[in-house]
Amino acid sequence: MTKRIVILGGGTGGTLSANRLRRVLSTDEAEVTVVDQDNEHVYQPGLLFVPFGLAHLEDIVRLRQRQLHQGITYVCSAVDHVDLDAAEVHLENSSTLTYDVLVIATGAILVPEETEGLTGPGWMEKVFTFYSPEGAAVLEAALATFDGGRIVVNVVDMPIKCPVAPLEFCFLADWYFTERGIRDRVQLTYVTPLDGAFTKPVASKRLGGMLAEKGIELVTEFNTGSVDGAAGTLTSYDGRVVAFDLAVVVPLHSGAAYVGRSPGLGDELNFVPTDEHTLQSKVRPNVFVIGDAANVPTSKAGSVTHFEGEALVENIGRYLAGEALDASFDGHTNCFIESGFGKALLIDFNYDTEPLPGRYPSGVGLPLLKESHLNHLGKLMFQWLYWHSLLPGRDIPGVSSQMPIHGKKQELSRS
Amino acid sequence: MPSATYARRTVTVNDEGFFEEPDQWTEEMAPEIARTAGIDELSEQHWRIIKFMRAEYAEKGTGPTVRVLGKTSGVSIKELYELFPKGPAKTAAKIAGIPKPRGCI
Ligand SMILES: Cc1cc2nc3c(=O)[nH]c(=O)nc-3n(C[C@H](O)[C@H](O)[C@H](O)COP(=O)(O)OP(=O)(O)OC[C@H]3O[C@@H](n4cnc5c(N)ncnc54)[C@H](O)[C@@H]3O)c2cc1C
Repeated sequence: MTKRIVILGGGTGGTLSANRLRRVLSTDEAEVTVVDQDNEHVYQPGLLFVPFGLAHLEDIVRLRQRQLHQGITYVCSAVDHVDLDAAEVHLENSSTLTYDVLVIATGAILVPEETEGLTGPGWMEKVFTFYSPEGAAVLEAALATFDGGRIVVNVVDMPIKCPVAPLEFCFLADWYFTERGIRDRVQLTYVTPLDGAFTKPVASKRLGGMLAEKGIELVTEFNTGSVDGAAGTLTSYDGRVVAFDLAVVVPLHSGAAYVGRSPGLGDELNFVPTDEHTLQSKVRPNVFVIGDAANVPTSKAGSVTHFEGEALVENIGRYLAGEALDASFDGHTNCFIESGFGKALLIDFNYDTEPLPGRYPSGVGLPLLKESHLNHLGKLMFQWLYWHSLLPGRDIPGVSSQMPIHGKKQELSRS
Repeated sequence: MPSATYARRTVTVNDEGFFEEPDQWTEEMAPEIARTAGIDELSEQHWRIIKFMRAEYAEKGTGPTVRVLGKTSGVSIKELYELFPKGPAKTAAKIAGIPKPRGCI
């Protein structure tokens, strides 16, 4: 009998898993349906470049439905809630979808209103974010007329999508104001809740060193309690104050709101409890999770979502066939870190191995944890690969889902 | 692995003083650990959080972050900072004898 696979979310993870599933399962074996609330697919890594005029929104948005291959049904409606016991999805347009397998791919949302004062006076005038398309566009205009003062880049708390993006923003701001010839009149400060520039020790040291070289001040262990746009201050829960003329804030993230409205589906932050290796949810065996919506202990990144695709699709096939799930995701993450002046770094890590220097994917590949022009080209290339390899659900030649180990300098690893 | 002695018993801790084996912890140890973390007296509210941390660890295998604590413990983040000024999630985990919260990546 034909099985019904329903995928909630048609972003990175929903699109690539639908296309992969459609390729391995015939239309007799399974119907594949994708649900999303709108029809605009944003290439989110491009948002980093918008405030600096290096990309424009129209270049990074495409029609969602166009990214889905033939034989996939697309439903444009917001999800209202999921009824796990009845195996039903209730949509805001009042229709109901039943499923044999449900894939949660609704990503993460921004919840700026959870931070006191953040969306109050000054929001989008003096206090900005580049994490949403609207925010990135407004920030572009604000930066263009900024001619001196203190810019503070603040991460309110983890988890956030692409945890290196705010650091990249700092590096690009250093480049941007240097290009405009006013770098000496702009003070740049990076304010983070972490105890260093990044979460993992070797990379944190390297990135912290780069901030210092570029004259960007680093404030650590700052848990933002409130933002006062009118006064131009961030205040931490332990009473420290950082003043700004312009703030770029990465707001708190949560899972999609409907997760909270679906009894038994999400955790306290509306992310879905998920087995970190099989990608089967811990809430029901017929519910799988991909991308930012999962609570697995790795970065919320498009590269992670891509690497998860292979294990997810394999395991859904096995589940439908009544077999044991044996495909295993290792937490592989691969990020280019744009560092300004036409250069970038590359980091590569998984659940067990932190980012190390060396080369990727082997001894003759791209330099790891080191600035190079080649990595910058890699970052630009990622956009092409996103539309043409990632979303269609193809493997990228030479880049496997499992993290490669040769080419890496292991002795620098701590444990 | 370093060790520490609380309530006359030796326990295994990591470089930063977090317990490696939560089973080695007993309630008598908490006031001593708290003093090393700059908290002289454990109030009822402190205990409420300490017990909450242990229950969360037992259930999920890692202690909650401050944000999750604020949402689930019944004590607001502001009050949590008043109770544990040097950072509620870390300090409470240390006093509760559970490993350093994994946090997020
Ligand atoms: C500024 C920025 C820079 C980034 N840079 C990088 C980078 O350099 N490299 C990298 O690998 N990753 C990067 N990322 C992260 C990457 O974009 C995400 O990790 C990735 O898109 C996650 O895919 P996903 O499918 O989980 O979620 P998404 O692609 O966000 O898709 C979620 C989808 O669910 C839909 N949805 C949500 N709620 C509902 C509902 N109730 N009903 C119906 N539909 C719903 C949304 O409309 C959306 O289309 C960046 C992200 C940002 C914001």
